[in-house]
Amino acid sequence: MSLCVRIIPCLDMKGGRVVKGVRFGALRDVGDPVELAARYAQEGADEIVVLDVTATLEERGHRLDLLRRLRRVLDVPLTIGGGIASVDDALQVLAAGADKVAINSAALATPALIDSMAERFGAQCTVVAIDVSRQSQGFAVLSRAATCDSGRELGAWAAEVEARGAGELLLTSFDRDGTGQGFDLEAIAVARAHTTLPIIASGGAKDEGDLAPAIAAGADAVLAAGMFHSGRVTIDSARRALIQAGLELRT
Amino acid sequence: MTPLADVVVVETGTANVASVVAALARLGRRALLTRDAEVVRTADCVVVPGVGTFGAAVASIDAAKLRRVLSERVARDQALFGICLGMQVFGDASEESPGATGLGAYRGVFRRFPQRPLLRVPQFGWNRIEGDGQGIDDGYAYFANSYRLEEAPAGWSVAWADHGGPFVAALERGATTLCQFHPEVSGTYGATCLQRWLERSRCLSEVTA
Repeated sequence: MSLCVRIIPCLDMKGGRVVKGVRFGALRDVGDPVELAARYAQEGADEIVVLDVTATLEERGHRLDLLRRLRRVLDVPLTIGGGIASVDDALQVLAAGADKVAINSAALATPALIDSMAERFGAQCTVVAIDVSRQSQGFAVLSRAATCDSGRELGAWAAEVEARGAGELLLTSFDRDGTGQGFDLEAIAVARAHTTLPIIASGGAKDEGDLAPAIAAGADAVLAAGMFHSGRVTIDSARRALIQAGLELRT
Repeated sequence: MTPLADVVVVETGTANVASVVAALARLGRRALLTRDAEVVRTADCVVVPGVGTFGAAVASIDAAKLRRVLSERVARDQALFGICLGMQVFGDASEESPGATGLGAYRGVFRRFPQRPLLRVPQFGWNRIEGDGQGIDDGYAYFANSYRLEEAPAGWSVAWADHGGPFVAALERGATTLCQFHPEVSGTYGATCLQRWLERSRCLSEVTA
């Protein structure tokens, strides 16, 4: 007996709608978040991640309302990320219905925010999202929706994030996002070599065949958006592919 | 039809209370969030949620003068459901917060999962539960914890799970259910746990004026 591998559909949000793009750009409308999330949960998704890709100030009110509606229908864990810049921000989304909060740019700007969140809410609640891009040597950690190079390197940042008390990493390959080239297995392996925290692999999944290799590379969960939104892959077919690869999934 | 009594959810000042409220609502039950000791004492059924640290949760219980009220509910077999940290606080202590004293409703000290290759800490995700046939059912539930109880306390029905060795997934006795996992986000399995508790305890009593 051990922990099950998790399949996590991701909803990238903009203006109250689910969108999907390529390398964080070229966003197109995919559908209604509550409808999609409820469908994925019903089909057997192990968790749902909602990322506000353009979390502007005026959209925050809408986001809390959306969260409340998502919470009503979702009976699996819900992680919220995007624009969370303080413990107060985190408190608001938790009160509205999130189970876990993902921080990214704010953690890079002020790493002590990870400590504060872990202290206030527990490691169990504190997810650090890391967006990376391949360099000639290693992986650079990007910030501000991958518009800036943070100057940090993946391995060192993963280790620091763990030391500061985070509970989980959401590792996204910017290079692979929306491309269908498969997960960046090397990035997963680098992160895994530097942390014992659970890793959610994200960015690049095209179909069922891409999932098991991410687990073999060191991930504990696979996150995908486009392949589920398009209907190309169902939660069930993803589950069957992982079970066939000899992995345990919940029933 | 007379409405069913509200389920009192203790505000321990910790994180995902909204998920607990939503799970109860899906079962047709209204949740009443409170820290008022008298409300907790006289409630038909009480849920103690919990995400955070052992020490903070215990301090929050003491600050609201809830220690005795909660202990007595368990001792008198008045319906109570503790979730995750809301289970742990009813034990004796936890390595997480040395010096903090639990409510001692059962004997047990929570220890951190061992540090070893391939064992992820925190335990984050769905794990398989094996009941003893008398209480919690077999199935998969969602866990998010770094500390766990390794020995079964006497006098309780026990369900087990495994993460680097067996640990207590849930304890049941009469109208008390204490679980290490999160029924509020454990799909149909979790909803069934909560519903079974509501049915088993006096929580289906109608509101009396």
